[in-house]
Amino acid sequence: MSGVRVLVGTRKGAFILTSDGKRQKWDVSGPHFAGWEIYHMKGSPASPNRIYASQTSGWFGQIIQRSDDGGKTWIQPGTPPGEPTTGPGGMPKGESNKFVYDTSAETGKPLTTHQWYDGTQHPWEFKRVWHLEPSLSEPEVVYAGVEDAAIFRSKDGGKSWQELSGLRGHGTGPKWQPGAGGMCLHTIVVDPRNPRRIVIAISAAGAFRTDDGGKTWKPINKGLHSQYIPNPTAEIGHCVHHIAMSRKRPNTLFMQKHWDVMRSDDGGDNWKEVSGNLPTDFGFVIDVHTHEPETIYVVPIKSDGEHFPPDGKLRVYRSRTGGNEWEALTKGLPQKDCYVNVLRDAMAVDSLDKCGIYFGTTGGQVYCSADAGDNWTPIVHDLPAVLSVEVQTLS
Amino acid sequence: MTAVPSGKIRVILPPHLRGLAHVKGEVLLQVAGTPSVRSVLDALEAAYPMLRGTIRDHVTQQRRPFLRFFACEEDLSHESPDTPLPEAVVSGKEPLLILGAIAGG
Repeated sequence: MSGVRVLVGTRKGAFILTSDGKRQKWDVSGPHFAGWEIYHMKGSPASPNRIYASQTSGWFGQIIQRSDDGGKTWIQPGTPPGEPTTGPGGMPKGESNKFVYDTSAETGKPLTTHQWYDGTQHPWEFKRVWHLEPSLSEPEVVYAGVEDAAIFRSKDGGKSWQELSGLRGHGTGPKWQPGAGGMCLHTIVVDPRNPRRIVIAISAAGAFRTDDGGKTWKPINKGLHSQYIPNPTAEIGHCVHHIAMSRKRPNTLFMQKHWDVMRSDDGGDNWKEVSGNLPTDFGFVIDVHTHEPETIYVVPIKSDGEHFPPDGKLRVYRSRTGGNEWEALTKGLPQKDCYVNVLRDAMAVDSLDKCGIYFGTTGGQVYCSADAGDNWTPIVHDLPAVLSVEVQTLS
Repeated sequence: MTAVPSGKIRVILPPHLRGLAHVKGEVLLQVAGTPSVRSVLDALEAAYPMLRGTIRDHVTQQRRPFLRFFACEEDLSHESPDTPLPEAVVSGKEPLLILGAIAGG
């Protein structure tokens, strides 16, 4: 019997929602890590009971948690309670909380500043992990997108982390600048045909791609137009909010930018706008139907100054034509007095025959549609503000 | 208060870190040499490795900005981390408190 496991990160802990394939009755576990911000949780496609979680706090810093039993129990990889912190030779053991930027002679010194809000240069300072992306095939390999923007990789199940410094090192780092949420690397998409091809996105720098497993990177922002930067078509400086890829057609990417919904059919080399008849093209989330690569979903948000849905109506918009022509999906969603936001990592799709769509709100609701968006029901109403939603399809 | 074993330093962690370390109430630590904030934190992190990086930075060893150290009603946060702790802390009469700033939340 198939089922789903929905991983919800919130401002005050993690929650795990499970159901069978009908997706009507749900079990809720949590809060895990109560009181901590859980920016993201994601399961390993190669070993589904392995789940990685980013637990963070402005007071206490970054913690990485890992479960190997589907979220029942958790460990901090590399530092189990009671074990000494050094190995027999006196060398430090792997420290899963430790994210240290590469300062090697090859890549370090020139990379240590980026643009600050006032246009001056500012040193790179690690703040938190926004997104964890487990390898599609290797359970021990996981990528972390962090603030200040950089990508790290662990090859030992989260015990230790190394920066893939070619991203910051390719030359445009001093032009990157923080968006309102900080200078975060929030999106990591791995090509299922070729794990050496990875697309990432940074607010506010733009999208980048590696084709050699993270050694070298290039900006892929051609076609983006952002009125809020001095040169609206600059190579760097765009506030990309999220990118989604169809696993059936990995060269096609969809992007929700600060303003504008975009698509690329050449792996990000060129983009075109597909906002079409959306009521507003500002928003954060975007995702693709698992089985239909031209069916995509967004949640329009009124504006960057008003982070809530237009007219107090929470509407998911679906395009079955890969963009431009959009329909509002409203059945089961509040259509008056609704002023929540849906943050960038808070939408996910399952891979059951009737594709399930999930999203969470800053009001603490997590909605599910078990019929590709036609009808929606809340799984939970009253969680803390939802930061992220991921779903695992279990067989 | 129950008797403190001889030579042990009492430490009170903020609630989030007690949860992370799976401890309830005070932590009792055996500290080598003259007890100071640094040597107490060294002992704390050795006993509870999951706390590394949560109180002081992994690399710089600087106190995280939203945390403070108090003992005997005095703020020790801006003292040198090698300053000997007050005798009342060394004797176990008073604890070393690690507090999170009361802000936001």
